[in-house]
Amino acid sequence: MALSKLSSPSSLSTNILKPLTNSFLLHRPISTDTTPLTIETSVPFTSHQCEAPSRSVETTPKELLSFFRQMATMRRMEIAADSLYKAKLVRGFCHLYDGQEAVAIGMEAGITKKDSIITAYRDHCTFLGRGGTLLEVFSELMGRKDGCSHGKGGSMHFYKKDSGFYGGHGIVGAQIPLGCGLAFAQKYSKDETVTFALYGDGAANQGQLFEALNIAALWDLPAILVCENNHYGMGTAEWRAAKSPSYYKRGDYVPGLKVDGMDALAVKQACKFAKEHALKNGPMILEMDTYRYHGHSMSDPGSTYRTRDEISGVRQERDPIERIRKLILAHDLATEKELKDIEKEVRKEVDDAIAKAKESPMPEPSELFTNVYVKGYGVEVFGADRKEVRSALP
Amino acid sequence: MAAIFLGVGAATALSPSNCFDSKKFQLSTRRSLSGRKPWFLVVRSDGSVNLGSNQRSRRTQQLITNAVATKADSAASTSASKQGHELLLFEALREGLEEEMDRDPHVCVMGEDVGHYGGSYKVTKGLADKYGDLRVLDTPIAENSFTGMGIGAAMTGLRPIVEGMNMGFLLLAFNQISNNCGMLHYTSGGQFTIPIVIRGPGGVGRQLGAEHSQRLESYFQSIPGIQMVACSTPYNAKGLMKAAIRSENPVILFEHVLLYNLKERIPDEEYICNLEEAEMVRPGEHVTILTYSRMRYHVMQAAKTLVNKGYDPEVIDIRSLKPFDLYTIGNSIKKTHRVLIVEECMRTGGIGASLTAAITENFHDYLDAPIVCLSSQDVPTPYAGTLEEWTVVQPAQIVTAVEQLCQ
Repeated sequence: MALSKLSSPSSLSTNILKPLTNSFLLHRPISTDTTPLTIETSVPFTSHQCEAPSRSVETTPKELLSFFRQMATMRRMEIAADSLYKAKLVRGFCHLYDGQEAVAIGMEAGITKKDSIITAYRDHCTFLGRGGTLLEVFSELMGRKDGCSHGKGGSMHFYKKDSGFYGGHGIVGAQIPLGCGLAFAQKYSKDETVTFALYGDGAANQGQLFEALNIAALWDLPAILVCENNHYGMGTAEWRAAKSPSYYKRGDYVPGLKVDGMDALAVKQACKFAKEHALKNGPMILEMDTYRYHGHSMSDPGSTYRTRDEISGVRQERDPIERIRKLILAHDLATEKELKDIEKEVRKEVDDAIAKAKESPMPEPSELFTNVYVKGYGVEVFGADRKEVRSALP
Repeated sequence: MAAIFLGVGAATALSPSNCFDSKKFQLSTRRSLSGRKPWFLVVRSDGSVNLGSNQRSRRTQQLITNAVATKADSAASTSASKQGHELLLFEALREGLEEEMDRDPHVCVMGEDVGHYGGSYKVTKGLADKYGDLRVLDTPIAENSFTGMGIGAAMTGLRPIVEGMNMGFLLLAFNQISNNCGMLHYTSGGQFTIPIVIRGPGGVGRQLGAEHSQRLESYFQSIPGIQMVACSTPYNAKGLMKAAIRSENPVILFEHVLLYNLKERIPDEEYICNLEEAEMVRPGEHVTILTYSRMRYHVMQAAKTLVNKGYDPEVIDIRSLKPFDLYTIGNSIKKTHRVLIVEECMRTGGIGASLTAAITENFHDYLDAPIVCLSSQDVPTPYAGTLEEWTVVQPAQIVTAVEQLCQ
């Protein structure tokens, strides 16, 4: 059965090398072993000013199953956030990442927690990938105390310092110079780690990107700029915003690589390659060709500037979770039922986290004034009415 | 310049500034009075007073020079040992910087031309040779991104000092300073501290033109999460630089283009100034004059005249622009009951406006007279020398304002 999974209706079917044990059908329990598998990516890499890495990616069954589980969690989390927003428990802005999970997962697989990641406002899944918990995500979205920023940041300001996740930034493109600064600090401390600064195809037209890239290339900083190209900058398609849509070539003298962002293994390979490159030769640009199913944010239906056929087409042909599912089933690492069970578990986890987050209290009024400064000096602060809440800055 | 001042009666100001208290700035040559005695007071640049109706302006090139160079007799604040060493303000800044870089390997400097060139005002001269290119970094002309890089580096624990070649250029980095520098500590729930120092010269110089004579303290003052200080003497320049580098909060240090060559004797021992404290320049009884940066010298110049006339002004250099040192200021107001604010900021939305509001809210009962605020005119700084002089507050105007206040 495993052998005949080679051809699938998808046009981008993976070329699967035959597994060694294929003599008879063994019902193996979900395998957590680490025998290496080599799988080819869906499409080869396109490179600019450098040698593309090989198409064959080393992975293990354990890794593939963890991909599946984590991506299912992310997908479930984003859909739950959608419902929470519609129920008005999450207010303001909510930018969802479903469809792009492979980028977050693949990147995590290719690097360590000592490397830094910084991204823009579509940060829920990246935060989760860096080790954040579902409770922290949902509490922060609902503005509760248990959130990762204690309710004061919101959807666009998730941070996790101990695992090198630097946020979570609202202004388009502003995180790129910050990311190059992180890389500078890594070079300064001789850490042998790198920084991945993620941005979108909309931010790719910002001047500060090129300014930061120039400085990074000049000073040989271990910075990797990753363009998550989901082809739409809010409501504007990329061909209407950018004269040159090859974002990986935009660095000119900086090498670039174009990657299929819906293939977690390709992303993993590219990130590993980029890390080695950046530690030796300075910055690099990765362009992840990906897609978001939701609109830009919850206030955007997502269908005024693209057809529903396009969205469902991508969902059928390129969905990252489906790809991993097919891989797992093809290599007989788990059965359909087991995968469905995982998804049920994940669903339950998410629901539990939401229930727990709903119980978490709102921050105290005095929290309004905490963490404005690091060490206070007792300056008196008060709100507009000057009577209701008055306190000294702690 | 001999300025013609009207007597007690109020008259409208010459320029279309929207100051609500028009007694403050009067530069009229021919003006009819509305009531009261029509006498003219001509105050000459050397402080002597002539009564008369002769209304000729004189060139006052010397007035400004005097204001900068009369350092020796103004400040009693340098509690220096007699064996201290003499240096210029930019050297004091460099000394502070060097001591901190020696002490903490995380301190680094980035800015345009700070490395090999030595800094456009020589503040970082020699540091690149001593500490190498990784600690004293020459950046390309990209303020937005290198300020952002400084902030990103600060998030990990480095202590960068970002130099804007002129404070006005930092307007390009306003997004980074406001959103990332000021707010990251808050929005991350306290996870990240940004111990960055952003410094640079600002203020009205010698005919540098409108875009290079900007005073950014008024734009930055409402950003939550940052501290702002302005240095005015070599002593407090070195002290504030060290304090700013050691502080865990982002600090913006405002220097002034015309003050870099001030000479003073400072102590040999290590010292650090308090970032949130104001400096008592000259204690007095009659009126509190609050000022900062270069206007301190104009005020001291005017103080000499005032003393000759029998007034006893208390001069405080507020130094800390955000937050205000309301403790020192308050104690002074409780003593004198009259306040005059002299600043180089614009009239609208400047530091003086905020200070006026803060004093009124907190010390209203102690005031015998309305707060008078002398600021620069709300105009782009013109190039012509005479026009530029009229844009900023001159000692003669300070004298008149005190006289009116103390009536």
